[in-house]
Amino acid sequence: MTVTAAATTATSTGAATHCPYCALQCGMRVTPAGGSATVEPRQFPTNGGGMCQKGWTSAALLTSPARLTTPLVRVDGELTPATWDDALDVVATRLHDIRERRGADAVGLFGGGGLTNEKCYALGKFARVALGTSQIDYNGRFCMSSAAAAGSKAFGMDRGMPFPVTDLAEADAVLLVGSNPAETMPPFVQHLPSDGLVVVDPRRTPTAERAELHLQPAPGTDMALALGILHAVVADGHLDQAYVDSRTVGFVEMWRVVASWWPERAERITGVAAADQRKVAATLAAANNAYVLTARGTEQHANGVDTVSAWINLALALGLPGRPGSGYGCLTGQGNGQGGREHGQKADQLPGYRKLDDPAAREYVAGVWGVDPDSLPRPGRSAYELLDVLGTETGPQALLVFGSNPVVSAPRAGHVAERLESLDFLVVADIVLSETAAMADVVLPVTQWAEETGTMTNLEGRILLRTKAIDPPDGVRSDLDVLHGLAVRLGQPSERFPTDPEEVFTELREASRGGVADYSGVTYQRLRDGEALHWPVPSGPGPHSDEAHPGTPRPFLERFHHPDGRARFTSVTYNGPAEPVDVDYPLIATTGRLLAQYQSGAQTRAIDELRAAAPEAFVEMHPDTAERYGLTVGDIVRVVSRRGEVEAPVRLTSASRQDTVFLPFHFPGAQRANLLTNPALDPVSRMPEFKVCAVRLELAERSGVHVDR
Amino acid sequence: MSTGDQAGPRRIVIVGYGMAGARLAEDLRARDPRGERVSVTVVGGEPHQAYNRILLSNVVAGTMSERSVHLHDESWAEANDIDLRVGTAVTAIDRDARMISFDDGGQVAYDALVLATGSRAWIPPTEGLLDDDGELADGVVPFRTLDDCERILAHARAGAPVVVIGGGVLGLEAARGLAGRGSNVTVVHPVGHLMERQLDAGAGGVLAATLAEHGIEFALGKLATRYVPGDGLKLDDGSHLPADLVVVSAGVRPETGLAEAAGLTVDRGIVVDDSLRTNDQRIFAIGDVAQHPGAPSGLVQPAWEQASVVADLLTGTDTSSRYRGTSVVTRLKARGVDLSALGDVHAEADSADDEVVCLTDPRRGRYAKLVLRDDRVRGAILLGFPDAAASVAHHFDNGTPAPSDRLAFLLGRALPGEAAPAENPATMPGSVTVCKCNNVTKSSLVDAWRSGARSTADLASATRATTGCGGCRDVVEGIATWLASTD
Repeated sequence: MTVTAAATTATSTGAATHCPYCALQCGMRVTPAGGSATVEPRQFPTNGGGMCQKGWTSAALLTSPARLTTPLVRVDGELTPATWDDALDVVATRLHDIRERRGADAVGLFGGGGLTNEKCYALGKFARVALGTSQIDYNGRFCMSSAAAAGSKAFGMDRGMPFPVTDLAEADAVLLVGSNPAETMPPFVQHLPSDGLVVVDPRRTPTAERAELHLQPAPGTDMALALGILHAVVADGHLDQAYVDSRTVGFVEMWRVVASWWPERAERITGVAAADQRKVAATLAAANNAYVLTARGTEQHANGVDTVSAWINLALALGLPGRPGSGYGCLTGQGNGQGGREHGQKADQLPGYRKLDDPAAREYVAGVWGVDPDSLPRPGRSAYELLDVLGTETGPQALLVFGSNPVVSAPRAGHVAERLESLDFLVVADIVLSETAAMADVVLPVTQWAEETGTMTNLEGRILLRTKAIDPPDGVRSDLDVLHGLAVRLGQPSERFPTDPEEVFTELREASRGGVADYSGVTYQRLRDGEALHWPVPSGPGPHSDEAHPGTPRPFLERFHHPDGRARFTSVTYNGPAEPVDVDYPLIATTGRLLAQYQSGAQTRAIDELRAAAPEAFVEMHPDTAERYGLTVGDIVRVVSRRGEVEAPVRLTSASRQDTVFLPFHFPGAQRANLLTNPALDPVSRMPEFKVCAVRLELAERSGVHVDR
Repeated sequence: MSTGDQAGPRRIVIVGYGMAGARLAEDLRARDPRGERVSVTVVGGEPHQAYNRILLSNVVAGTMSERSVHLHDESWAEANDIDLRVGTAVTAIDRDARMISFDDGGQVAYDALVLATGSRAWIPPTEGLLDDDGELADGVVPFRTLDDCERILAHARAGAPVVVIGGGVLGLEAARGLAGRGSNVTVVHPVGHLMERQLDAGAGGVLAATLAEHGIEFALGKLATRYVPGDGLKLDDGSHLPADLVVVSAGVRPETGLAEAAGLTVDRGIVVDDSLRTNDQRIFAIGDVAQHPGAPSGLVQPAWEQASVVADLLTGTDTSSRYRGTSVVTRLKARGVDLSALGDVHAEADSADDEVVCLTDPRRGRYAKLVLRDDRVRGAILLGFPDAAASVAHHFDNGTPAPSDRLAFLLGRALPGEAAPAENPATMPGSVTVCKCNNVTKSSLVDAWRSGARSTADLASATRATTGCGGCRDVVEGIATWLASTD
């Protein structure tokens, strides 16, 4: 199928590449047109030739007036155009100075899950080798870390979907937990079955509307729901005992906990009818093929890892993972959310999904880099913990940000903005002047997807090549150029930080060789030839022939990645959200995404058509909730949490839970939903609790249409 | 309270290894995993590991094995550094010496003692249920312990007559389980309707009719007067019920003997305050044996909440922790029956103070009653309304105002509000978004047609409709056909 897609590319005019946004990485063709380009979808397995409004309008950002085309250096408080040499000199000099005074850990880096594999890899290497700092993490900590930790624990390996996305089409039942792909990755929904779709979401989202059964738990109670359904699986005789005996360990210990979570008890906490819990258990058990899929809604909690483990336990009890046509998967969000968590921009990680505290991994990677293993720093702080200490006595005094906008996207965003403000020195590399870039001392304008070549790893663990389609505007450089320029100025040998993506990828292959995420058998040429390569792809021949290793689309069919080949049940129990509601903050606020915006909105808010479709934040609530607070549609409501407040217009829907209000988080300034959110962190993944915090409502401004009674 | 006279961890002794005692031991270890603050001894009278009493009706129904209801496996005590003594009876508490004695002659000293001895089945004074030695007569089994379940299952043969004495929650769960196994079950209940503590007469009647469909018969408002082993029961109206097995589920009595002998204040149960302390500051009581004004008896939720408070206090994790009572939702766990009851349900429909919403549909086994005051839920019965129970209980627990749409509240499902977008392309409003993936309205499609598009493919390339997930293709095709017909 993919070979066909590649073949059509060869005969058409535009460059075959992939969309700049989410992890579905829809196949797209970009054709130069004047100074800009046009985009159209192309046949590719993940999108089946479809593309959403974000993809269709993506070319608008290539020539947008919002685009940065010259480095900016803050002079007398104003960001002022500068030459690249001057800008890089300023950065190198300041970083050198701060390191001299405060030590290597006084400089931090903050990366992003939208960066190519090459950039993620180079960023991690730059931090450990050129700066010698342990203080590097990335915004994927806010997305994928809980699912990643739970997946590693259960299966010995974290590959979001351990099967091609097209496998879903064969399923009779899919349980989709905390995911709204009808808005976040619309072409994905064509893979979902029309019957047998069960959606778990506190909101009645467009995805929930398509479901045969929608379970609407209170935000933050997903784990109790998973435990209740799992109890029903066992109590109603649906346990796949043969699978549990032959492919797993830990069931008995896990059951000791789950035995106390009968569906009626879970109902009391979640608000999901016990009868519905039993129905889900029966539906999944009756299906010939079934999947359990999780996403941010169930993961972005201070107990996110345990919550995902509970869903995995359910999948294991039903005998789904590692069976052809069935399984458990996590829907990765950001464009390179999968590859971005594998190659070393994470605080505790080295390339190939290696651990920074593993002596063998340190030695191997140091060898590839040509440095002393002892010179590599130890694991550093996780994303929020890093942001939280910026500019303090113990934290970094300088921060370099690549492909992220934490002023909008981090939890407790007001506090994070204060921390960034307190830095001696902030550098941001971005394509537009994001809210974070606007605070920087130096802003470096970089290339975007159609203007550069690089690889991405999509939600099914498939490595994709994005090909350069058009030349970048004058004055714009790639992130690899930026890192090279800084490394050389910091005294690194010039060849240690190549600027050619394929050269970087060749080094990444070497660094990943033998790791969990082994890319050593992947080449640009194989990708250009249209091969569908899902990692691990070791070098050398594959298991069944003399030809090059074909990749591993379904890694768990024969065994899981633990030494004994068995999956792990994890004993977890429910403790509830970190911040329960109380008299002062009686409602739950939850946050999420809209179809026409992406993440912090830095890119999509700069596109007219998307801004017209989703111009501003809103607060969605049940009409009875609004009435209780004297609010009506269109009123400006002030949502107040212990950390901050947001003002936005009221939207009403009778499908909302009465105890919950919803805010999209894409918008800046006083409409930042993350001014409210709770930075309580998961003890393992360090994922913040984005999805539930306690708030109260106040009328801020009466709408013009309101009639006082 | 001091941390004990001896150096080292405070010595906690828990008497009772049921759901309350087992939970307390777990809660103590969760707060003090390394045993730095407390040492824990648990004494259990039954000879085996603690088990989950809530699941016993599943064992009777045959959906769970006896093994799968155990709360702990054999390695639990050692793995958690707990001195567990099963099959051991406590014979006395010496409050002055702070020492308890066992039937095997052993003794253990405590700094704090927690009584979690639970309750035992109450056997009604029907002639013949007890033999001359005061033991249960042949064929009579209470429904209380795991061993009882074993005995019930040993006696219950398909087609054999079984009488259940007691039409409360547990009795009905046992009856349903046994009927599911093919026994001919009759429930004898002295009150005129079932579950009278939780239900009004209307709900009780619908419930009996529903259970009758599952093959259960009822003798309501009747007392068993005499039991003859191998024959059956005689009732106070003179009728006779054959019975190979009599399951007794007529209520329980707290196991207060030990506490009374030690001079603790005992009323119905051992009287405790909000700290779960008895009149001896070093002795606590939790679970069924404790009597707290806010704790309904016979349920696990209060016992767990009490265990958590005692664990907070004894480990010093939260010395201000208090137990204030438990709001209870009664659920009948019987296959094919979905029943929830909560709060005060006995208000009449014409009550002056309360708003009462009632819906009766006996043919379909449904009965719903909602009692509200000042918009707040005071009580509810939901029989055959599985979707509503969760949200009604939620509003009851939190004291939040009930939804203004009372009918939707009772049904547990929002009624369809706006009609689905009209399928008829001609009458569909122009503002309807046809393609959500690309935000394309019907008006945009019509405009594209007027600008020259003449097919679904043309409309797609002009507006991008259908190019996302493809789910709107049929609708766009319908609009194209309609537009073609109007040209």
